[in-house]
Parts: sequence; C-alpha cells; structure tokens
Amino acid sequence: MAYKVEKATQIADNIFELWINAPHVAKNAHAGQFLVIRIDDSGERIPLTISAAKEDLVRIVFMTVGKTTTYLSKLKVGDEILDVAGPLGHPSEIKEWGHCVVIGGGVGIACLPILAKALQDAGNRVTGIIGARNEKLLLLADELEENCDELVICTDDGSRGFHGFPADILKQKLEDKNIDAVWIIGPAIMMKITSMATIPYNVKTFVSLNPIMVDGTGMCGSCRVTIDGETKFACVDGPEFDAHLVDWDELMNRQRIYPEQEKQSLELFHEHYCECGGHHHE
Amino acid sequence: MSKRDPKIRIHDFDEVDQGISDQNAVLEASRCMECVRPLCVKGCPVNIDIPGFIAAINERDFRLAANIIKKDNMLPAICGRVCPQENQCEGKCVLGIKEKPVRIGALERFVADWERKNGARPPHIAKHTGKRVAVVGSGPAGLTAAAELARAGHKVTIFESLHAAGGVLTYGIPSFRLPKGIVRAEIDQVLKLGVELKLNHIVGRSIPVEELLSYDAVFLGTGAGLPSFMGIEGENLNGVYSANEFLTRINLMHANRFPEYDTPVINGSRVAVIGGGNVAMDSARVARRMGAKVYLIYRRREEDLPAREEEVKNAIEEGVEFVCCANPTKITGGPSVSGIECVRMEMCDADDSGRPRPVPMEGKDAKFTLNVDVVVEAIGQSPNPLLVSLMDNLERGKKGNVIVDEDGKTSIPHVFAGGDIATGAATVIEAMGNAKKAAAAINKMLE
Repeated sequence: MAYKVEKATQIADNIFELWINAPHVAKNAHAGQFLVIRIDDSGERIPLTISAAKEDLVRIVFMTVGKTTTYLSKLKVGDEILDVAGPLGHPSEIKEWGHCVVIGGGVGIACLPILAKALQDAGNRVTGIIGARNEKLLLLADELEENCDELVICTDDGSRGFHGFPADILKQKLEDKNIDAVWIIGPAIMMKITSMATIPYNVKTFVSLNPIMVDGTGMCGSCRVTIDGETKFACVDGPEFDAHLVDWDELMNRQRIYPEQEKQSLELFHEHYCECGGHHHE
Repeated sequence: MSKRDPKIRIHDFDEVDQGISDQNAVLEASRCMECVRPLCVKGCPVNIDIPGFIAAINERDFRLAANIIKKDNMLPAICGRVCPQENQCEGKCVLGIKEKPVRIGALERFVADWERKNGARPPHIAKHTGKRVAVVGSGPAGLTAAAELARAGHKVTIFESLHAAGGVLTYGIPSFRLPKGIVRAEIDQVLKLGVELKLNHIVGRSIPVEELLSYDAVFLGTGAGLPSFMGIEGENLNGVYSANEFLTRINLMHANRFPEYDTPVINGSRVAVIGGGNVAMDSARVARRMGAKVYLIYRRREEDLPAREEEVKNAIEEGVEFVCCANPTKITGGPSVSGIECVRMEMCDADDSGRPRPVPMEGKDAKFTLNVDVVVEAIGQSPNPLLVSLMDNLERGKKGNVIVDEDGKTSIPHVFAGGDIATGAATVIEAMGNAKKAAAAINKMLE
C-alpha cells in the first residue's frame, strides 16, 4: 500500500509542502513528532517533522537539499510515496507553562503552527518569532499568526520585518517579560546560538534535533546525540531535548557524515530526472 | 554442504552454502536410526517430527516431508539455514556419539528448498473463530505466532514498524547467509494463511495502546532492537556504527549498491568489528564484501567465541583477521574515525558465565592501536523499549525485558510475549519456540 500525495505546493524559495494521505499517522500525530518516508523502492528513509495533521492527511514541509528532498519536491498531486511511517518520537511537552515563546528558523518555521496551537489550547500565552535569510524564505507566517498572541518576523537582510536574528528579539523579550518556556526549531547552528540567550535567565528551552536517522524506531543508533554527557537516541528519546544540555558540535559533525555521497546522489538525480516525464532509471 | 570458493564469494552477497542434492539428501536420510525416543525432537525448540520427515525423505516423498515439517514450523528454509543445529537437534543425535550426527539442518533446508521450487501448498486452516489477535513485530517470533494463530482460525493482524516484514531476518542476517528471496517466500506462506500485515505501523504511536488492547489477544514480538554501545571515548565519531545500523544500511537499504540505492554507508578501507557473536561475524563478513581489510576484536580467546563454529570458519576463510584477547579502550580521530586503541587481555578464573574472566594486561606492551576508518560495535542488543514503556502494568525485568511465564503470558491479561523481547537476544529458533508456546496458550484462552 502506498500513500497518495493530495496537495503539493511550493511555499517559498526551495521550500515545498506536501499533504500526504496517511491516516495511521495523521490520526495519532501530536506537536513535536516526526514521520519517516521512503519515496520508492531504491529510496532512503528520511525523517521529517509533522507540520500539520487533518483528518487522514499529514503535512510535511521541507527545503530541497539532497536527492530525496529534491525528488519529493517534484511529486505532484496523485503521485504516491511508497512508505510513510509514524508518528514517531515523543510529543512536545504541552502543559500550562504560562508564557511560551516559539522560535523558528528557515524551514523549521513549519514545525511551529501545530506546536503554537497545542500550547494555546493548553491555556498558554504564545509569542512567535520567526526568522529567515530573506523574505523569499519566510513561510507560513499567516498561519502562524492565527495561533500566536504575538508574532515577530525577522530577516537577516532586512527584506521584511525586523532586520536581524530571532535571538536578538528573544533577548529583548527575556529582558522585558516573564517567559516560562521556549521552543527553538531550525538549523543546528541557529538552535545552538539562539538557545544561548536563555541560559542567563534559566528558562526551560527545548530544541528539536535532526540528526541522520535510518529506522527512526530506536533500532540502529544512527541518530545518537550527547545530552548532558549521556548518549541518547533522538528518534525515541527525543527529538526534543533541553537545549542547554546538547553537545552541538557533535550533532553538527554527525549531520555531515556523508557529504560526498549526498552530492553524488543529487548529481545523479539531476542527470536522470526528466522534467517532462518524471524520474527514470537507465 | 558445498560452499562457494571464498575468493569468489567475498565479491558478492550471494549465498555461501549451496545445499545438498536429492541424492545426497536421500543418502543422508538413510543414516537416521529412527530412534524410538528421538532425542533430536527434544533438542528442537519447536519440536519438529524429525524422524518423521527424514523417513519421508528416505522414501523420496519430499512433499510429505515438507508437510510434516510445516505442521510445527512455517519457516523451514530459514531455520534450515540459521539454526544452531549443532547445539540443538544434531547435538542430541545418538549417531553423534560415535560418528557424525545426521545432518538434520541440511535436510530441513533441502526439503524447504525443494517445496519452494515445486510449489508450496498452504496448510489446512481451521474454521474462522471470530476472534481477533494482534501480533506486534514480524520477526521470527511474530511470524510464528501469527501462523499458529491463523491456522487455529483467528483473524490475525501483524503490525510492523519498518517497510519490510521479517525483523532481524530482513535487516540483520546478510543475504549470503539467508537470501532475502527465501525470507520473503516464507513470509508469503504465512500471509497466505489469511494473516493481515500492516507495514509502517509503530504500535504505541500509529496504533494507540488502548486500540491494541482491544484485540481479543495480543502477542508482543518486538525483539531486541536496542543496540548497546561500549561507552568508550570516541564512540560518536563519524564512522562508528552499531552492528544494527551497519547491517540495516546494507541488508535492508542496500547501501552496498549505492548510488543505485540512495542509502549510503561509509566505505571503510579498514574496518574494526567489536564482538564475537554471530552478529559480529555477519558484520565482519559484510565489511569484507565491501572490500575492506577487517579486524574482529574479541576480548576472550578464539575458542571462547560465542558465534557458531561454522560462521567463524566462514569468516576466517574470507580473510577476516581475528584479534582475540583484546579490548578496545578508545576510538580516535575527529570528526571521523582514524583508529582504535586496545588493551591486550589475559584470562583469569572463570566468571559468572563459566568462562575465563578476561582481565586487562598491564605495562606499555599491553596497549596497541589499529588504524581503521570504520568501527562496528556488535556487542549485543536489549529489548526495544518503545512500546513496552508505554504499556502501564506490564511487568518488566531489570534489562527491560517483558516478564512472562512459561506460556508466554505477561502481567496484563490477554497480552503474551515471546522472542527476544522476553528472553533478551537469543536465536531465531528459540524465539520461534517461545512464540509457539505463547500461541498455544492464546489458542487455549480463546477456546
């Protein structure tokens, strides 16, 4: 049984959203969880955060980086994904925290609407801060606005909103207001730097880690990360962890295990992918 | 059993053992003493009627032989290949006292292969009972339980978290020891009994625990998937794999055929495999086939290796270099692996396991370093905690294993468990034996 693509849209530069018919995932998905997809028989298993779930459909949002995400971006309505497994990982710790700040960088912004909504539904006041290199990489701002009491938009180049980084806004908010919990989701380097801001204030800060995975069910250990000096598996112990306890350098190293293979795979895909008729093998 | 030339076989993943011919099978079967009280049957965890099927081979009625085996074992081509027969059926054979035991494993495999080539016929299924049974995990335990329960007439659904069924048979055991086509064919036989298979379903996540418990009976066969790591410095460097990851990348995801398949694996030119069990042998032999120089580092002596003797022999023939009485202390490099530091071990008095206790030697000669770019840790697995940690009231042991009675019954009424989730890492056939007992108990409960 394969899983049908019900909606496919490009939502920003190099960023795409797909709604996939996968009832077993959609019906049980919570904020903070992910799924694992494998597009076809020769495909790789890759984890993607669940960005939204509605009835039988689940949404993923991704930036084209390597072969699999590039291939995913070419899928059209009616195309099928061979395997969709999930939901996986622990849901976000949703409770009545008080004032929560959710921060998204780049494609990580896509994880925020479901999280902001869950936090609001649990009675929290939610501030959203989203950042991207430029306006063209910003996504889901309108959707997020609906689930935040306040939303601040930042761009590195000043093309929209605040000219600067989410960390700058976070620092201001930490000075001005009482913040009870912070979520930061984005590229590892952005999560590392942004989460430093909350250390002096001793505010509980969660990050969603995205190391390389294979099975996603605790079986292989590919996704191991060091948290407070202890080895954890991001797939079953996470993917969310206390930002202040993460060994960031190790995570970033482990995300770059296969640079040459990733490049080779993508180049081959571009050579063989035919814009008119889809993917074909020689 | 004839084996392929090591010089040739280390360049591919095709099966090493070639099986026996019709003639040799009949000849071997004729050696059976047809004991009145056959010890071989007692030695078999699923109690196959061994003298019965061997007698049928002797009569050249291979179809009958297959049917006799399948009464007790729906996975004979798998068991004929991976069972440690030398410690089980063959280990008990009275002929073994004075000469060689009957090669029961080879005969089982012969019959299964013969049947597959000549068209397998599904066994009889009892009238539908209207009861629903959930089986979690599609490895040897889950498949066996599912087959037994489906034959009793229950509606069985197997939930599998990966995209392929078979558990360790699929992701763990390499195809040169157990060809994937054979695993698929035997799984298909189980599915032909009317068993429903739901892939990509993680029970506890895709199916809430309450929904699982709504079945008339539940069998947990989620295996021992959680890999152990040594806890030494440098373990999270790029190039250090658990055996599970290394084998999964290759057996399940075909990383040996990258970039035809998308999943990569570091193509190490020098690989250290740590451990001495069957999983370590599999990892070392896979690494050889990827073209690497392979060291197998084991802390005890070669004669203490827990792997099957046959697999050790295969590994040696294929050029795996054994570094025994050595224990890794540190993996060096950064960000990728560049070497592994070890200390030589000497054997002292027997420890709890009855084997000599290895103790690190002292002095500067005791330390040595191997230059390697990949390290594979094959030092064991523990029960996968994902589902069982979500089940309140499920009594578990210190190592995370589910506690069961001799029928496989857990502390939750109508929930049974078997295989590695209950026993910790063991053999395929032991898992099947547990599953058969649990299935029998479930059948009794549902009567």
